[in-house]
Amino acid sequence: MLNLIWLLLLTSGIIVAAANGNIEIVTEAALGAAKGAVEVCFDLIGIMALWLGIMKIAEKGGLVKSLARLMRPLMVKLFPSVPPEHPAMGAIILNLSANMLGLGNAATPFGMKAMQELQELNSQSDEASEAMCTFLALNTSCITLIPATIIGVRLSCESANPTEIVGPCIFATAIAMIIAVSLDYWFRSKSRWGRHQ
Amino acid sequence: MLLCILTLVSKWAIPLLLLIIPIYGYLKKVPVYESFVEGAEEGFTTAVKIIPFLVGMMVAISVFRASGAMDYLTQFLSPLTYQIGAPSEVLPLAIMRPMSGSGVLGLATELMRVYGPDSFIGRLASVMQGTTDTTFFVLTVYFGAVGIKKYRYSIVTGLTADITGFFAAVYICNLLFR
Repeated sequence: MLNLIWLLLLTSGIIVAAANGNIEIVTEAALGAAKGAVEVCFDLIGIMALWLGIMKIAEKGGLVKSLARLMRPLMVKLFPSVPPEHPAMGAIILNLSANMLGLGNAATPFGMKAMQELQELNSQSDEASEAMCTFLALNTSCITLIPATIIGVRLSCESANPTEIVGPCIFATAIAMIIAVSLDYWFRSKSRWGRHQ
Repeated sequence: MLLCILTLVSKWAIPLLLLIIPIYGYLKKVPVYESFVEGAEEGFTTAVKIIPFLVGMMVAISVFRASGAMDYLTQFLSPLTYQIGAPSEVLPLAIMRPMSGSGVLGLATELMRVYGPDSFIGRLASVMQGTTDTTFFVLTVYFGAVGIKKYRYSIVTGLTADITGFFAAVYICNLLFR
């Protein structure tokens, strides 16, 4: 699936550029993006270090565990394959909470930490586990209660009511989230793709 | 009123987390600084690990976008989206949303500058921006961090969520803002 998407993006881009007689753009875009990707990772290093450092304090103080205990009834249903006391649960909750608050730069480190914890439970090491798929379904469709960035853009464009979009956003994400979680559940329990040979 | 609360929360959330967690840890007799450094070290290695994954994905997306292939896709799909009440102006936003976070924010800002933030297009663009996620980026980064190469059905789930979010945004905006 991913192999095909990746190949399609790349080849269709090159073919279109060639057909338009603008093949130089491919070289420029490819080299620029390769450089840009490393820059993104470098920016991430500091943010990752900061939030994972803070998280380690919360973990050792028992804060992450109490949070996980609080959400346990829901988490056990969503992640049946993860033991309820596993540290992955705490990291998942932190990631989703940061997402909801619109704290994008804190969400990414917590999410990666959650993936690392889930990977420890994953026996096939280069293939996604069911819990990972569920986590990413939740993560990519997660409700943002405070879409701070877009409110900022609306403010700067002198909107008469910058926050009027918050309600509709919550409605639309809630629907997307329900669909994502249901689809994930279906894949996990009903489809041959989900069940592993 | 709502704006006041929202700006207050987004202004205070991070400073409060940075204040409360270390104090809490200290009260629980955690060696706070040593623990911080221990956690931070993990952050460093993880960020470096995702570089190859991100290079691969960003190069493909960038070539697709810069070559004009994305514009063709938009043109191809625009008669369809017009049927459901989405102006063709917002379509690039929907197509690019799963691929590039910063690119899409630029597009949304541009639409609001041209059509005004309180126009139908401006409002729809805002809701779409707040609804869907950069699925490809998230999958690349998260799976990359643990060296997963086979994503199984998670791409389908993520993209379905994005498409659903787009339709839901169009529906609610037509209901409220038309």
